[in-house]
Amino acid sequence: MQVYTRRRLVNYLVIVLSFMATSFGLLWLVLVLSTLVVNGITAITPSLFTQMTPPPGSRGGLLNAIAGSLVMTAIATAIGTPTGILAGTFLAEYARVSWFGEVVRFVNDILLSAPSIIVGLFVYAAMVVRMGHFSAWAGAVALAIIVVPVVVRTTEDMLRLVPAELREAAVALGAPKWKVIVMIAYRAAIQGLLTGVLLAVARISGETAPLLFTALNNQFWSGDLNAPMANLPVVIFQFAMSPYTDWQSLAWGGALLITAAILLLNISARTLAAWSSFKQ
Amino acid sequence: MNSPLAQPRLHGNDGMPAPPANRVATDPYVAALRPVAGESAGIAPSPAPPTKVEIRNVNFFYGKAQALKNISLSLYDRRVTAFIGPSGCGKSTLLRALNRIYELYPGQTATGEVLVDGENILAPGLDLNRLRAKIGMVFQKPTPFPMSIRDNIAFGIRLYERVDQSELDERVESALRRAALWDEVKDKLRQSGLSLSGGQQQRLCIARAIAIEPEVLLLDEPASALDPISTQRIEELIAELKSDYCIAIVTHNMQQAARSSDYTAFIYLGELIEFDETERIFTHPKVRRTEDYITGRFG
Repeated sequence: MQVYTRRRLVNYLVIVLSFMATSFGLLWLVLVLSTLVVNGITAITPSLFTQMTPPPGSRGGLLNAIAGSLVMTAIATAIGTPTGILAGTFLAEYARVSWFGEVVRFVNDILLSAPSIIVGLFVYAAMVVRMGHFSAWAGAVALAIIVVPVVVRTTEDMLRLVPAELREAAVALGAPKWKVIVMIAYRAAIQGLLTGVLLAVARISGETAPLLFTALNNQFWSGDLNAPMANLPVVIFQFAMSPYTDWQSLAWGGALLITAAILLLNISARTLAAWSSFKQ
Repeated sequence: MNSPLAQPRLHGNDGMPAPPANRVATDPYVAALRPVAGESAGIAPSPAPPTKVEIRNVNFFYGKAQALKNISLSLYDRRVTAFIGPSGCGKSTLLRALNRIYELYPGQTATGEVLVDGENILAPGLDLNRLRAKIGMVFQKPTPFPMSIRDNIAFGIRLYERVDQSELDERVESALRRAALWDEVKDKLRQSGLSLSGGQQQRLCIARAIAIEPEVLLLDEPASALDPISTQRIEELIAELKSDYCIAIVTHNMQQAARSSDYTAFIYLGELIEFDETERIFTHPKVRRTEDYITGRFG
């Protein structure tokens, strides 16, 4: 009976401690989000989506920055997704137990945790300096370099989750390896693969450092990929640092916008992941 | 084995070679050998059926560990051969050597010869995909592909044949009929194969395997994950498919081996202990260890 009482007390204590730890973590998130909503909500007006970034003291919106972010994110995803999926497929299907696979996996893990400012500097040296000017292309490439390791990792993990029995069953029918991968493994892992891409998109949509060195910024509307292009993170950075209250307000609005977009992406990714199941 | 035969028997200790004949005749195993309705399993198979697969001196290695030692036996055409033996004895390994599926995993090697219609399929340079299209396999766990019931079957057909839609539909239907699944799924061919029950999934896998018209069927404990009713359906299916294929089945279930097979190979610790007609194995095994195993005294 004494043992039982002690265990109940310990149990109670641990529940209280873990509850406090959880609350501590959540508290900051709630503070950040509530500050963001309180300050940003007033800036979310129709003109935010219809007007260009203004000079200080005049009215304006973030249209060119929103469009620029969408364009560069789309290009980065278009470059990074196929590269990442193919590389992940290589690791999971062809190089599971080879030294070369181990090296690629190791390098990919380093790239995955590399600070994004390094990626920005690399593209600055490799593209911006050579071309002689900042450009949307350079920005998209920098973002793509961030997408690739995320997609490689999720693709490999998801393909490894495909049960060996399923592959064996396809192989036993006489299916060549590439068909087993494309028609069986991809299909079994499709939700996981999409989730990985969505998470990568969420990751790059808030990246500032790589764009600061590559796409820079543009006060005006520009569809030219060879010219600097406006984008939300850099605009937020610039406007938030400024002494002008109207710019600061726009920065709050942009920050809220990005946060909402990332939240949406993460929710979609989670929904996809929950919906997926191998049911085996 | 929790059979009534598991109880100790007198002659087990005094070295008497075989149980008296009348004792055996009342064994449930022998009773299990009696014909299932509409089938002629009770009659001994014709004396010399043609050999379809000849296994000659096959050794198998997982890395350096030897799992099969010098196995030689024949699988006859239009007959069912059961591989029995305790877990880890190598019976599944032997089955997996017959379509070289083990080659998916590095470090697994087989030596010796496996002649299918006289051609050594262990020889290097063989087109493995063609080989596997000729030798179908069904696994312990049902493995429907993540696609519709129809596409599950169409997948294999489309690999090696160009067929138009109407012919494909016919082939799908005939495969499902032969696997005794058609009536249950004919109205939901577009639904996912994963939506079926375990027993139905396994019959779908059998349908998928026979849709590409193989010549040999390898069944690796096809019913061990299923309930008794589904198991019975699978066994009935095996009895029907026997008229068209050479079938090898790995099973842990002694009654199943007795009921569904014509020949039985008893494998123990990687060695073939005894291979004979099923009826002889279950009534007059020549080797003591076989008798001990099938009567449940060990294993």
